Amino acid sequence: MQDNRCSVSLTVNGQQLSRDIPSRMHLVDFLREELGLTGSHLGCEHGVCGACSLFVNGKLVRGCLVLAAQLQGAEVKTIEGLSDSGELDSLQRAFLKHNALQCGFCTPGMIATAYDLVKNNPKASREDIRDYISGNYCRCTGYQAIVDAIESVIIEQGVQQ
Amino acid sequence: MKAASFQYERPQSLLQAISLLASTDDARVLAGGQSLLPAMNMRLASPDLLVDIQDLPGLKAIEETSDGIRLGALVTHGEIHASTLVKNKAPLLAMAVPYVAHVGIRNRGTIGGSISLADPAAEYPAVAVATNAVIEIHGQNGLRRISSAGFFKGLYATDLQPTDILTAVEFFKPKPNERFIFEEFARRKGDYATVGLAGSVTVTSNVIQSAQIAFFAVGTQPVLVTHTCEALKGCELSSKEGLQKAVQALEDDLDPMPDLQANRYTKLHLAKTLLVRALLKEG
Repeated sequence: MQDNRCSVSLTVNGQQLSRDIPSRMHLVDFLREELGLTGSHLGCEHGVCGACSLFVNGKLVRGCLVLAAQLQGAEVKTIEGLSDSGELDSLQRAFLKHNALQCGFCTPGMIATAYDLVKNNPKASREDIRDYISGNYCRCTGYQAIVDAIESVIIEQGVQQ
Repeated sequence: MKAASFQYERPQSLLQAISLLASTDDARVLAGGQSLLPAMNMRLASPDLLVDIQDLPGLKAIEETSDGIRLGALVTHGEIHASTLVKNKAPLLAMAVPYVAHVGIRNRGTIGGSISLADPAAEYPAVAVATNAVIEIHGQNGLRRISSAGFFKGLYATDLQPTDILTAVEFFKPKPNERFIFEEFARRKGDYATVGLAGSVTVTSNVIQSAQIAFFAVGTQPVLVTHTCEALKGCELSSKEGLQKAVQALEDDLDPMPDLQANRYTKLHLAKTLLVRALLKEG
């Protein structure tokens, strides 16, 4: 069967682009297949694991639950864009220092979610952190080191202010 | 998995959207897509046509009305969470929203989508039933407004016809002496409930005068526990023993459907525990 197609113009990591795509293509496949941006991971593809978390118009979303077709005129920021701009420096350093990678598959989504938290709630407690990353729980280990890493960034930010 | 192929349309007016829905037997409205897209990715749903309503005018506002508030269908869980107007005028909705999914989903999922889907374990349908919220629907015959009590009809079944679009949900502002209770048990924060409840209780001098409580994740749709609400009349909010006795009536009201989370006995036990916990918090 021939795929239904549509065209979409959007901004990804500051770059404007247009593509003719299958209507059914979700944002993560669009990023990975059309643009070669493989930082957003596809774990479950139905919104449970959070490994594909990224930003659309400044809001954290699940990339697998957004169609590329819905994003006409939208601004998408992926883990690659955030990393290149230096916005993630302190979180990336903290994840490294605390060995907060676990198997590594959830890491891009974890960092994106953690970035959203430290930006929006600079006073988050450990409980707030666990609550916020609850949508990124995958399956390995206990997330202890991840909570430690995020907490250390929040404390560091507080000291700087 | 990937969704099956479909045609995607993005109408600019309500009339256009309704005529698109009427153009095929298998069209679905796409709002935030946080339930529809996973269902399509898992091939539990494979519509021919998706009608994306994100450009329709007037569906994104939270407005104060003379007797409460009106939320456009496209208001997201995140916007509800952040709204002081919701907190003041629809406190039960404000109490429920932290339990709705995770932040990434809350940023796109909508109130209209959640109410239209009528998932038996979702929070908003129970909130709507407990507070007599009014559902506004546009269809081929124009506008109709219907009370929540008549809107939910069964498992994922509502009063919506295939060519209807839910355009707004209206909540009445709290009455004097009205208090609200909300509790939910889920295995992971933000997941669908194993059991939950949403209720409105009127109280004078710490004594319950009337109650309207709906449970969710216990049946095909939100369940109003009428026997229990009757038994709670006259109960003192701070009396654990008195409340526990009244709450026994839940056995007459609920016959929970078992699911992957829990069997009916566990669900019934949780229902009783949650209700006593919710009421004691008010005492």
